[in-house]
Amino acid sequence: MSSLEDLYREVILDHYRSPRNRGELASPPALRVEGFNPLCGDEIVVYLEVRDGVLVDIKLTGHGCSISQSSSSLMSAAVKGKPVSEVRGIIANFKQLMTGVEATLSDEKPAAPVDLRAMGELAALQGVVKFPVRIKCATLAWNTLTQGLDELD
Amino acid sequence: MASGELVSSFDPRRVRADTPLLRRVINERSITYLDSASSSLPPRAVIEAMGRYYEMRHANVHRGVYQTANEATAVYEGARESVASFINAPGGANEIVFTKNATEAFNLLAKSWGAKNLKAGDVVLVSEMEHHANIVPWFQLRELNGIEVRFIPVNDDYRLDLTNIESLMENVKLVSLTSMSNVLGTINPIKDLAALAHRHGALFAVDAAQSIAHSPTDVTELDVDFFIFSAHKMLGPTGIGVFWTREAILDAMPPFLGGGGMISDVRTSGYTPATGPSKFEAGTPPIGEAAGLGAAVLYLEGLGMTNIVEHERHLTYDALTRLASEFDGRVRVIGPSDTHNRGGVISLDIAGVHPHDVAQVLDQFGVCVRPGHHCAKPLMRRFGLAATARASFGPYSLTRDTDVLIEALHHAVTMFG
Ligand SMILES: Cc1ncc(COP(=O)(O)O)c(C=O)c1O
Repeated sequence: MSSLEDLYREVILDHYRSPRNRGELASPPALRVEGFNPLCGDEIVVYLEVRDGVLVDIKLTGHGCSISQSSSSLMSAAVKGKPVSEVRGIIANFKQLMTGVEATLSDEKPAAPVDLRAMGELAALQGVVKFPVRIKCATLAWNTLTQGLDELD
Repeated sequence: MASGELVSSFDPRRVRADTPLLRRVINERSITYLDSASSSLPPRAVIEAMGRYYEMRHANVHRGVYQTANEATAVYEGARESVASFINAPGGANEIVFTKNATEAFNLLAKSWGAKNLKAGDVVLVSEMEHHANIVPWFQLRELNGIEVRFIPVNDDYRLDLTNIESLMENVKLVSLTSMSNVLGTINPIKDLAALAHRHGALFAVDAAQSIAHSPTDVTELDVDFFIFSAHKMLGPTGIGVFWTREAILDAMPPFLGGGGMISDVRTSGYTPATGPSKFEAGTPPIGEAAGLGAAVLYLEGLGMTNIVEHERHLTYDALTRLASEFDGRVRVIGPSDTHNRGGVISLDIAGVHPHDVAQVLDQFGVCVRPGHHCAKPLMRRFGLAATARASFGPYSLTRDTDVLIEALHHAVTMFG
């Protein structure tokens, strides 16, 4: 069962059972963005409030599997209160984590590995990479957040 | 066969031994295949019939003069005969049209028969428990000519709510219903409803995708007008489905797809369609798949459909009983709780565990169940669910499969607390 425990780490189950930053923000002023994963029927709504280049508040609603729900909860905890530029960096790091250590051509320099320690609790989601159909579940919230930030730009 | 005993003794372990895929080991456990409602596993007889066809007889059908072309035609037309006899088509093979799958057969029904015979204000009556294959083609026809699509509601006991059926029948020209729900397992009273439709001057179509491999079929006795199913849910291959209707109706239906094979003549000024099933089989048909379907029919007949019904009823009863008693109410079956008019499709809703997570945990035990909406979103909405995890039986299923399912479900329930 080792890989299963790799997928469902305690941190993930904790965020699934007690999700952080659940709820709504008045929109406007907050931006409301919806994400959808038809495979498992996951739905997510992200509320963003950006002031002076800082993501001052983020809230989430929706329903879905443990991976999508915990990933959105972990995301909200990781990005709340951070400058948008830093949030973009966290998103990029997370996306790289989800692509795994990809095989590179021998004469190419391998992509810099993600610094797992710097990722904090988010690193718990790395087990998802071994379950390709679940990567979409894990990235749903992140893609929705990216979409929202792009709209605000 | 000399020994009558041999043919009549149905043994699921023999079926299991006949089915190569069931020898797979997944995550260090023997596979526990509980997804036959989605697609069933072919026995070696089916795989070999297809192999033999491609090794020895492959050629395009019809019009050929050489030996293998004649043999290919015989294989293809032979499958049509086998299917006709399997469902007891009153007019025989001339009433069997091969399609790509059940979905294409519904599109043939809506876009050929429906487009010709239904006009604005006419009603097609379906139900809330239909598969999208028996809903979307009707919505498409509605866009084209303004028919109404009306739904028979489903009761809280997971059966059709027939209380207002007489008033629902107003202006109905076609009733199109599933014989067995692919989510609930509910078996519908097709024969009674067909008689009712006929009393109201409507025709009756059956979505038999789920019942075809799990109950004996006799379209003459049922007295229905259209009958549709897919080979891959009856131990046959993917890529071929069946559309049956009475010869008189078939002859009056306009062609569906156009091209080679479906014409009797083409001039620069126009074309004359072929007659019989060919009219609806444009292009090179699925010949190898027909060989497989023919073999699947013979294999099922060898097992005996009533034996299969009995076997699956026992399995279903056992599974429903254990699911109801072992989980302190945390595991809810979305479907009838007894085996009366119910097949071996068991949809599960587990408090606090998303179906996708259920299926993921079960996969680690080598258990194949399907999470999702099962292409029945109106039904999911009716019961306020986004998805279920669905386990379903086939003739090769054993109580041992249920044992592993239950063991894995316990693991999932514990894991998610
Ligand atoms: C009740 C029912 N109808 C229709 C279909 C469609 O079958 P196919 O996908 O082979 O066209 C299915 C299969 O999922 C089904 O379960």
